[in-house]
Amino acid sequence: MAQRTMWRDFAKGLWAENPVSRQLLGMCSTLAITNAVINGLAMGLAVGFVLICSSGLISLIRKLIPSQVRIASYIVIIAAFVTIADRFMAAFFPPLSKALGPYVPLIVVNCIILGRAEAFASKNPLGRSLIDALGMSAGYILALVVLSSIRELLGNGTLLGRKVLGAGFEPWTIMLLPPGAFLTLGLLIGAAYQIERRVRRRRAR
Amino acid sequence: MNLLLIFIGSVLINNFVLHYFLGICPFLGVSKKIKAAFSMGVAVTFVLVLTAVASWAINHWILIPYDLQYLQIVAFILVIASLVQFVEMFVRKTSPPLYQAMGIYLPLITVNCAIMGLALLASLKEYDFAETVVFGVGAGAGFTLAIVLMAAIREQLELADVPEAFKGAGIALVVAGIMALAFLGFSGMIK
Repeated sequence: MAQRTMWRDFAKGLWAENPVSRQLLGMCSTLAITNAVINGLAMGLAVGFVLICSSGLISLIRKLIPSQVRIASYIVIIAAFVTIADRFMAAFFPPLSKALGPYVPLIVVNCIILGRAEAFASKNPLGRSLIDALGMSAGYILALVVLSSIRELLGNGTLLGRKVLGAGFEPWTIMLLPPGAFLTLGLLIGAAYQIERRVRRRRAR
Repeated sequence: MNLLLIFIGSVLINNFVLHYFLGICPFLGVSKKIKAAFSMGVAVTFVLVLTAVASWAINHWILIPYDLQYLQIVAFILVIASLVQFVEMFVRKTSPPLYQAMGIYLPLITVNCAIMGLALLASLKEYDFAETVVFGVGAGAGFTLAIVLMAAIREQLELADVPEAFKGAGIALVVAGIMALAFLGFSGMIK
């Protein structure tokens, strides 16, 4: 029983409540940095780190925070972890930090993190909050990797910097530019809904 | 001349929504009616300009002199949150009609990435005071332009026959993509 709740807490982030394709949260970073798989992965990991740490901490001190100032306290906690992630990246992966630019500090206003803090971590014990954060991070990373793979493959003919499509392939530069991000995500969300509807219809039968 | 370039650049070329992907949440959420979209645009512009001034002051008078740049993220988000709160109280006390028009959008603005993005970008580009303010005005105008255009298209979309799976977010993003494509045409204007 306990195991099943745990699994459900984790798995809902992957599909049913996927932060990107379902809840449309964290759009700025999702769209802006998915022009290469490595950037998408780095961003996903950074958001995951902040989400897991802040969910854990908020869940631990949830009974100490007066409810009138809870949002402000959450924001300060989140900002602290974002600063850690940002400084860490600038120190150990300078080129990556440069490529992501202002979008790492912008994790602080990423609605996924504040959303999970308010909707889940502030009401649930540490274990469940951590698993929830883990599931949401996994779903977010999954969405970013899928999106950035499509964009890098079509826009550059490469995956993780390695040439995949042959020399005869003419890169669709537009996929690396902003319009490509909007179009790819729009089509992906449409596809996700279509799959969901198919599955539901089959179950009903 | 430089100021003019920054203004035009931030309205048309490096549009906050369509180039930097900042403020996507209100762009998708509050763009069903032109009127609401315009109010949102005005409210965001207002806060953007105030933030430009406040973040510049914090950065140049406190963070840089005392070598505290690593506190930038925490400092900016606190300034923005309290600024929005203050603006809301001020507007409610002084001008009830204005509060009616944009009041409900103000709290939403705290977690709007456009505001935080402006503060970060202005400090990243090392703009001086006048440039930062013009950047804020331009960014607000660009945001308003994008969200009003989007709302106008979506009002028309109500009548269109959109495939079931794409209703809502899917078609909105595709429309935004086509708009971004059109705005890409401006990119040759400067340089």
